[in-house]
Amino acid sequence: MKANTKFVVGSAIILVTLTLLAYVGYTQSKTYYHTISELSKLPASQLHQRMRVSGNVEDGSIQHLESSVNFVLVEQGKQLPVSYVGRDPLPDTFKDGAQALVEGRLMPDGRFSADQVQSKCASKYQATPGSAGAMPSGQSHNLTAEPAGPAS
Amino acid sequence: MDVLGAFALLLAFLAAVYAFVAGIAGIVTKRPLLTRSARNAGMAVFFLVLVAVGTLEFLFFTDNFSLAYVAEHSNRALPGFYKFAALWSGQEGSLLWWSFLLSTYVFFVLFLNRKKHPELMPWVGVITAGVQIFFLTLNNFVSNPFHILGSMNAAGVMHVAAVADGRGLNPLLQYYEMVIHPPMLYLGYTGFTIPFAFALAALLGRYPGEKWIHITRRWTMIAWCFQSVGILLGAHWAYAVLGWGGYWAWDPVENASLLPWITGTAFLHSVMMQEKRGMMKVWNVWLVFVTFMLCILGTFLTRSGVISSVHAFAQSSIGNWFLVFLGIILAVCIFAYSKNRDYLRSDNQLDSLVSRESSFLFNNLVLLAACFAVLWGTLFPVISEWFTGNKISVGPPFFNKVNVPIALFLLLLTGVGPLLAWRKTSTDALRRNFALPLAGGILAGIVAAVFGFRDFYSLICLILGVFVTLTIGSEFYRGARVIASRDGTNLLTAVGELTMRNTRRYGGYIIHFGMVLVFIGIAGQPFKQDIQKEMSIGDRINIGPYSILCQNFDQVSNGNYQADRATLEVFEDGKSVMMLYPEHRLYLASQVTETMVAIESAPLRDLYVVFAGKSPETGRPVIHAYLNPLVKFIWFGGIVVVLGTALALMPNKRLALALRAVEQPTWQGQEVARAISPVSTKASRDD
Repeated sequence: MKANTKFVVGSAIILVTLTLLAYVGYTQSKTYYHTISELSKLPASQLHQRMRVSGNVEDGSIQHLESSVNFVLVEQGKQLPVSYVGRDPLPDTFKDGAQALVEGRLMPDGRFSADQVQSKCASKYQATPGSAGAMPSGQSHNLTAEPAGPAS
Repeated sequence: MDVLGAFALLLAFLAAVYAFVAGIAGIVTKRPLLTRSARNAGMAVFFLVLVAVGTLEFLFFTDNFSLAYVAEHSNRALPGFYKFAALWSGQEGSLLWWSFLLSTYVFFVLFLNRKKHPELMPWVGVITAGVQIFFLTLNNFVSNPFHILGSMNAAGVMHVAAVADGRGLNPLLQYYEMVIHPPMLYLGYTGFTIPFAFALAALLGRYPGEKWIHITRRWTMIAWCFQSVGILLGAHWAYAVLGWGGYWAWDPVENASLLPWITGTAFLHSVMMQEKRGMMKVWNVWLVFVTFMLCILGTFLTRSGVISSVHAFAQSSIGNWFLVFLGIILAVCIFAYSKNRDYLRSDNQLDSLVSRESSFLFNNLVLLAACFAVLWGTLFPVISEWFTGNKISVGPPFFNKVNVPIALFLLLLTGVGPLLAWRKTSTDALRRNFALPLAGGILAGIVAAVFGFRDFYSLICLILGVFVTLTIGSEFYRGARVIASRDGTNLLTAVGELTMRNTRRYGGYIIHFGMVLVFIGIAGQPFKQDIQKEMSIGDRINIGPYSILCQNFDQVSNGNYQADRATLEVFEDGKSVMMLYPEHRLYLASQVTETMVAIESAPLRDLYVVFAGKSPETGRPVIHAYLNPLVKFIWFGGIVVVLGTALALMPNKRLALALRAVEQPTWQGQEVARAISPVSTKASRDD
C-alpha cells in the first residue's frame, strides 16, 4: 500500500471513531430549550427530555421545603411549577420577579424538576456553576447593553 | 477631554483609510513615495489610538461620570488598579482596546520591516489597514466609548448631565488577574492579524520564495503565546472567582478563545512541512486564514447574543457588523486563493506512514477535528434551530467525549513525532528511541494505579505524559553529552549550550513539556471531591486528609463592598496547618453579591473553600469545600509554555555571533530586524 493510501485509511478510522464518540456525547448531553408556552404543544416523545426553560419568578411563589425549593415560573401569562432539587445554594439574585433559567426535566405530574437554576435580576446576571465564560467581555456585556433598570 | 479622545479616534480612522487607499495606489502605480506615506499613516494610527486610550483612562481616573462609559463601569470607591482595567470591561472599551492592541502590532510590523521586503510590505500595510478600518469604524460610528450623558435642548446645545457616582465595575471582574487576562487574550486575538496579513500579502503579491513563511511563523508564535496565556488566565480566573470548583466549562465564550488557538497550533506544526519539504502550502495558507477568521467569529459569537441566548447574555446589533466583516474576509481569501492557486504548488509527496511528515499530518488532522467539534458544539443551538426548529444545546459530555481522546492522541504524537526522521523511519530506530521512555511511562502508570490513580483516561494521560517527558529528556541528554565530551564541560552547561544553539528546536521541546504538565493537571479532574455543609461555630467538615473547623463568622466592609467572612482552621492529621477566610461579598455600587474563594494550593492538591451563601431556612452559613488534585500543574505548565516560547523566539547563539560580525559595520537598525527572518531561515536547517 502506498503511504498516501495508508494515511487516508488511518485518517478515516480516526474520524469515524471521533464521530461515534461525538454522537454518544451528543445523546448524553443534548438539552432542549423551550419556552413555557411551547411546553403544552410538545409531542409526548419530546416532553420528558432534558431541557432548559426560562421565565420570571412569580411574586411570593418561592417556598423553601425540606428537600427542595418550589416556585412558579411565569412567561407570557403561562405558569410552570418548578421544584429545584439541586445541591448548590440558589444564586443570590434568585428572588421574586427575577428572570430565571431552569434546567432539568418535566415530571409526569406537570411539575418541572430542575437541578440547575440560573438567575438574573433587572440588570445583572449571576452565574451558577459552569455558566460563565472565561472572557470578561461576555459578562460585562450585560451591564453595557441593558439600560439601567430598577435595582433588584 | 472626551472631545480630544473622540477626535483622535476619528483621525485614526481617517489615517487608516488613507493607509489603505494610498497603499493600494502605491502598489498599482509603483511609486515608492506613495507607499512610504501609506506606511507612515499606518504607523500614525497607533499614536492616535494611543491618545484615545490615554484620554479614556484619564477620564476613568478623574471619575468623570459625565461620560456614559465611565459611569457604567466605574465608581469613586473603585481601587485605582481596577479603574485602569475598567477600560476594557464593557463593549465600547474592549473594542477600543482591540483597536489599540492591533495598531500596536501594526506599528511594530511596519516599523521593524520598513527597510525590508519591498515587494511584500506594501501589501501587508494595506491588509492591516483594512482590518483597522473595520475596528475603527466600530469605535467611531457604532460603539463609541466617548458618549456623553446628557441631552440636547431645542437650540441644539448639549447639556451634560453627569451622575454623582458610577454604577461600578462588574464585581466578577474585580480580581487582580482581570487586569492582565483581557490584554493577554486580546493580544492573542489581534496578533493573529499579522500572520494573516503576511500570508494574504504573499499570496496576493505572489511573493517569491518561502521567506514570508518564516516571518509568519514568528508572529504566529507571539500571538499563540499570548493566546495561551490568555486562555489559561481566563481558566484560572473562572477557577478562583466563580466559586464552582472548576476551571473550564466549555462555555461559548471559552470555546471562542480556544478555536483560533487550536488552528494556530496546527499551523505552527504544519508550517515545518513547508519549510523543510515544500509540502502543504495550500493547507498552511488556509490555516492562517481560518485562524484569523475564527478570531473574528469568536468576537462575533460573544458580542451578538446569537449563541448566548441560552445563557441569557444581552443581545446587541453589533454582531451583524462582524458577520459582514467575516463575509468580506472570506471573499477576499477565496479570491486571492483562486487567482494565485498555482503559486502554492507542492514540491514533494508523502513517502512513508512512519515519518515526521505523517506525524505532522495526523497532528493537523486531529487538531482540526477538535476545532470542528468545538465549533459545532458551540454553534449547535443555532444549527439545530435552523434545521429542526428546536434549540438544542450540548454540554460538557459532548466536548469531553471527542476532545479527550484527541488530546491523548496529540500527547502521544508529542512524544513520537519529534523523534521520527523526515521521509522514513526504520523500525530499528523506533525501538532504539522509544523502548526506554515507553517502559518508563508504563512503570509510572503501574505505580500510580497502585496508589489509587485509577481512571482510564487519566491513567493513559499519565503514562503518555511520563513517556513524552522521558523522550524530551533523552533528546536533551543525548545532545548535551556530545557537547560535554567535546568541549570538556559538565552536562548542565552543555544543556544550556545545546539549547542556545538551536533555540527553536529545544524551545519547542520545552513548550511540549509545559503542555505535558497542563495535561497531567487536567488528568487530576476525575479525582475531585467536594462536600457542602451548613455550619455553626465549632462545626467541622472532613474532606480528604483535611478537617476544617469553623472558628468564627464576622463581617468586613470597606467603601467598595460588605462581606460575610468565615474564619476556618484547617487540620491535617490532627495538626493545625492553616487558616482560610472565604468571603461572601456584596458590592455596594452594583448591588451584586460575589464569593471570594479561599484556596490553599499545594503541588499535588488544592483545598478550595467557598462561602456559598446563607441557608434560607436557618440563616446559617453554607460552606462548600472542594479537594482538587493536581490543578497547580496546569498553571505551572502554562508558565513553562511561555518560557519555552520565549526561548524559541530567541536567535540561535552561534549563528547570532557569526551574523553580528557581518552586520556591525552596516546599519544598526538591522540588529533588531535580524531577530526576525534571516536567523530563523538558517536555524531551520539545523533541526
